[in-house]
Amino acid sequence: MMLAENVVELTIASQLEFIDLVTTLTDNITHMIGFDEESAYWVNMAVRESVANAVEHGNKYDPQKTVDIRFTIGVDALRVTVRDHGEGFDPSTLPDPLDPNNLLNPAGRGILYMRTFMDSVEYERHPEGGMIATMSKRRAPKLAGQESGEGDHKHDAVRN
Amino acid sequence: MQLEIRERTVGEITVLDLIGKITIGDGSVQLRDAVNNLLEAGRNRIILNLGGVTYVDSSGIGELVSRFTTTKGTGGKLKLLNLPKKIKDLLMITKLLTVFEIHEDEQAAIESFQ
Repeated sequence: MMLAENVVELTIASQLEFIDLVTTLTDNITHMIGFDEESAYWVNMAVRESVANAVEHGNKYDPQKTVDIRFTIGVDALRVTVRDHGEGFDPSTLPDPLDPNNLLNPAGRGILYMRTFMDSVEYERHPEGGMIATMSKRRAPKLAGQESGEGDHKHDAVRN
Repeated sequence: MQLEIRERTVGEITVLDLIGKITIGDGSVQLRDAVNNLLEAGRNRIILNLGGVTYVDSSGIGELVSRFTTTKGTGGKLKLLNLPKKIKDLLMITKLLTVFEIHEDEQAAIESFQ
């Protein structure tokens, strides 16, 4: 049993080819700490969306800019931070993908998926430039006869 | 290659069997090119068979939406077949489940074009 926080860090260049590397590491971590298959799948997707946003919208594919990913494995939760080195943005100004006028937009759903599949998602500007996305997912206690509640959580998030 | 696309024709209808991942980069581009090639050839009655798709991200969902609207713009129709549960979840979350015409039976999907 892990009693203290453990940190795993990875830095990639701003290339889409490296996203699979990050999600493979994500899968290894979620399985190592006992996330059920369903939770692990959606955490994988949230991390993929965040890293893709950092490469595409944050760093704008600039090969000189990196994306820095940090997994903090806590006793109660997995926390993932994804930092880009771009110009930054105000998440509150992004179009609502659920607005009927935006439903057929080709883009703009990634953050909604992240918020749906993780317990919390926050964005802040890094003091030295770029944005940091911080996401966390609770580690469900494995008690006899107790289900993880993942499905219920997901639908709660959808309603929110 | 992220996505394998096999093309079949049933009369005026084209079925694209998609196998693999539709994600940002290669997978989404392959899907875009395959549908656009059909539209340029005048084949705008299209069924996307997603039964073999193992993973879709927001870029892939966006590509499905784009190909749907592009096909509709030509006067044609693009319908979805055999949606895996996780793709259905992604469409539901973004209120797209009712935008697409979705079938679970290929014959019924083909006949729906009549």
